[in-house]
Amino acid sequence: MKKSFNIEAEKSALLLRFSGEINLHDISRYEKKLSAFDSSAFTHLSIDLSDVPYLDTAAAIFLYNIKHSFSHATITQICENDNILATLHLVEENMRSYRPHQDENRISFSERVGKIFYEYYSGFIAFIEFFGRLFTSNLRLFTSWRYIRFKEIAFEINESAIKALGIVALTSFLIGLVIAYQSAYQLKLYGANIYIVDMLGISIFRELAPVITAIVIAGRSGSAFTAQIGSMKITQELDAMRTMGFEPFAFLVLPRIIALMITMPILIFVADIMAIFGGMIVANVDLSISPELFIDRLSRVVAAKHFFVGIFKGPFFAFLIATIGIYRGFAVKDDTQSIGFNTTKSVVEAIFAVIVCDALFSIAFTNLGI
Amino acid sequence: MAMIKVRDVVTAFGNRIIHDKLNLTVKKGEIYGLLGPSGCGKTTLLREMVMLQPFQSGSIEVLGKKVESLREREAQWLRRHWGVLFQFGALFSSLTIAENIALPLQEYAQLSPAMIEEIVAFKLSIVGLKQSDASLYPSEISGGMKKKAGLARALAMDPTLLFLDEPTSGLDPISAREFDALILKLRDMLGLTVVMVTHDLSSIYDTLDRVAIIDEKKIVYEGSLDDIASVQSEFVQTFFKERL
Repeated sequence: MKKSFNIEAEKSALLLRFSGEINLHDISRYEKKLSAFDSSAFTHLSIDLSDVPYLDTAAAIFLYNIKHSFSHATITQICENDNILATLHLVEENMRSYRPHQDENRISFSERVGKIFYEYYSGFIAFIEFFGRLFTSNLRLFTSWRYIRFKEIAFEINESAIKALGIVALTSFLIGLVIAYQSAYQLKLYGANIYIVDMLGISIFRELAPVITAIVIAGRSGSAFTAQIGSMKITQELDAMRTMGFEPFAFLVLPRIIALMITMPILIFVADIMAIFGGMIVANVDLSISPELFIDRLSRVVAAKHFFVGIFKGPFFAFLIATIGIYRGFAVKDDTQSIGFNTTKSVVEAIFAVIVCDALFSIAFTNLGI
Repeated sequence: MAMIKVRDVVTAFGNRIIHDKLNLTVKKGEIYGLLGPSGCGKTTLLREMVMLQPFQSGSIEVLGKKVESLREREAQWLRRHWGVLFQFGALFSSLTIAENIALPLQEYAQLSPAMIEEIVAFKLSIVGLKQSDASLYPSEISGGMKKKAGLARALAMDPTLLFLDEPTSGLDPISAREFDALILKLRDMLGLTVVMVTHDLSSIYDTLDRVAIIDEKKIVYEGSLDDIASVQSEFVQTFFKERL
């Protein structure tokens, strides 16, 4: 049957004649057609549904609304189909208590600013609380060896360090290559070719290798920690652990932090080797400094303290990356979007924290004359 | 008229055969139950019907269309004509209840926001949720409410076919009976055809018109519950012991 909707207006009476099936795809069209008529101008409304074989609940709501807006008029309805009458009845029964939704009052600017700052404040407090719990559960470790979970630590060392060796090595190799290549051109201008060794040695050992490694690990392991712990929270695994008496701090948090603190210096050491290797290649090709000469000068001009300063930073960076990643994991709420949000946050915050920490070290070491 | 025809369906995970040539037919307007012991592949069959899982051979015809060889456009047509309620509701956790129900309406129909809001309110009302629940997120409501909200979402487009995966599991007995009554009421009023996987004996006897019992990779029985006593199957004999 062809779908149609005719409106006939006669003085104060309005006749709506539907034919064909009415479903939710037709409603907006019919609504528009009907909106040309002013309901208050009519005292009588008749709705003819005798040619309608089926209507869905959305259409029934549409008819209910029409009747509602004509509540001042007398309404007659022509319909013999029991199914349609039942649907109309069902809608009437359920819509009686419906009240249109009132828009909530708009939030003022100052309220919004206040809310944002309060959120930051409570986030900061939560982080401090997390730190406190971290240190108290750390203390328990000293009371007995039993609390140290060697198996989990070994697993995390494999996950977040051994498997990261390749990417850390490749990144630092390229960084060494690029730095050497850029400075080789400048040094050649002054004929100061040999000083590339001093330059590369100090910059890579002290700053570049630790920071680059930390950034790679923050992107790789920090985000993984957040996503793992966050999804464990959503699936209630954390709750299950707590009720069984497995403290998540001992099982999940400390192994990750300890593992990363152990492995970060090793990763930095690998990064040192690879970056220097990259620089050595460029020095050989571009500045014709043989590897023997390079190594010889490196051991004479670059003091060992530069190397140890870089390695020393490792555990601190590792601690920051792991705690921020895990804290963000615990901050995940019960919806899936919050995992993505917190993972992004964890990486950004971890990298930021690493750079701030590096700056503080820089000032401290300079003042100490190291 | 047959709404669903399953013919010689074989499903295997690796070497493990789950279904060995299943045949069943769901007629228009009936409430059809898929029963069987745990792990017999009831939910798998349901997933195959709604195109979430491929099967090795055979054919499944839903609303006259063979799901194993459908073009994307026909598949979309089919998806708009059925509603699926998952075991745990599977509500989108980043949307409120109202937004969950409104989503298919916004995507597939040109409706004004006011109209969508009214349809949402109506669907909430028929499944027995309050209007004040509409603005809550799935994480803020109970398991039973999640089921009801999931049902409201499945009904959003007024489907002709409704798939329910264990609709009453995890509900308290009173809510479960209310849910059964609701399904019966909706079938009568909206002319729905319902296919459900269930373990709930009361709900089996209260709502189902016909059942298929899957056991030992085969359909051991298809038909009404009246003749079930004659079935020679260990599952049937133990499961229906109290009622036989």
